[in-house]
Amino acid sequence: MKLVIIKYNAGNIQSVSFALERLGVDFTITDQAEAIQQADKVIFPGVGEASTTMRYLHDKKLDAVIRSLRQPVLGICLGMQLLCKHSEENDTPCLGIFDETVKRFEPQPDKKVPHMGWNNLTLTANSWLDPALENKFAYFVHSYYVPVNAHTSSLTEYTVPFSAAMHRDNFYAVQFHPEKSAEAGVLVLQSFLNV
Amino acid sequence: MLTKRIIPCLDIKDGRTVKGVNFVNIRDAGDPVELGARYAQEGADELVFLDISATNEQRKTFASLVRDIARHINIPFTVGGGISSVADVAPLLEAGADKVSVNSAAVRNPGLIDELSRAFGAQCIVLAIDARKVDNAWVVHTHGGKNATDKKLFTWAKEGQERGAGEILFTSMDHDGTKAGFANDALSKLHTLLQIPVIASGGAGAAEHFMDTFILGQADAALAASIFHFGEVKLPDLKGYLRQRGISIR
Repeated sequence: MKLVIIKYNAGNIQSVSFALERLGVDFTITDQAEAIQQADKVIFPGVGEASTTMRYLHDKKLDAVIRSLRQPVLGICLGMQLLCKHSEENDTPCLGIFDETVKRFEPQPDKKVPHMGWNNLTLTANSWLDPALENKFAYFVHSYYVPVNAHTSSLTEYTVPFSAAMHRDNFYAVQFHPEKSAEAGVLVLQSFLNV
Repeated sequence: MLTKRIIPCLDIKDGRTVKGVNFVNIRDAGDPVELGARYAQEGADELVFLDISATNEQRKTFASLVRDIARHINIPFTVGGGISSVADVAPLLEAGADKVSVNSAAVRNPGLIDELSRAFGAQCIVLAIDARKVDNAWVVHTHGGKNATDKKLFTWAKEGQERGAGEILFTSMDHDGTKAGFANDALSKLHTLLQIPVIASGGAGAAEHFMDTFILGQADAALAASIFHFGEVKLPDLKGYLRQRGISIR
């Protein structure tokens, strides 16, 4: 299987590659359209700010490449948010795979923002995630979230229930960081490798 | 439900883990990658690695240590020590660190927090504050606690949040090394004042101190070093203790 990590200005590429190395999976990191399109599976990582990242993807013509993909794609964290239609983070139009608007958490006296730390997963029916992940903890760090929608594969609650994972057609996505989520993260990456 | 985080802290000097008691008297506690991996295995929620090497020459080797840590450890970790510019931070994050902590350089140049936050995002900028009570005010100290500044804990923490820090790591120098519990009054005040998470540091000696700091201090996370390094408190026991008492723990 040819696995590709899309190379762009995302902060967690190194961590994602180390996680795949620990799984003993071969992969390449590339920003070449052809290599990405020919891969069997694609990982779209992401740590950063939405508008800067979308501009970067647009300048490198990677936005069109991602939209064109027909093989399984896994968006991680900002990668998941950018697969949505629009983000409130600096009012940014995104890739539009999921017809959702990414919203900012409203801080509450006992709920700090960013939502940072380990929170539990509640899988929806027919989730692509391994059933063993039900109620397991994953590591989150984000200030923006995707509301629960028809494509939600797992929910987590923080001020509101939100999408911890999603799936539509060949696009899979997680808001948390599987590459930093200990054993639960390993199961999530394996779930994607098995789809 | 978001859980409270337990964070072992590893001080690194010349590639080895050490722990200063009251910021002096360094004892060897072993290989940082091995120790970090053991803590991750035992249920640590995050790790902090502080480079306390004195020279820039020794610091250059820190990025390769960070890469080694990231390769072997599957939980988030923060690195810090001597960070004073965007150029210092980029190689550490590229090597696989999740967050960086700034301390003395941010006091000297508060604009550093804004710069780092803009460049890398608030979520990866931890403002570390060392403070001790002087005449009833919490006075911020720098350089490992050696130098008193004119800054006060609460105004500085608030300023840090406004400038774009994503988290505050507060070490009470009065409590550090005492093993008599965390500075819960000050922590609770920080919790009320801030909208970003607060990590309690300084004073951990027993499991009940963690419970107290999560309840009385309302801390989001608690950090300790020597009690973990020397096995006085074991992570699985600590997490079991807290879980049994109704604290939200992974």
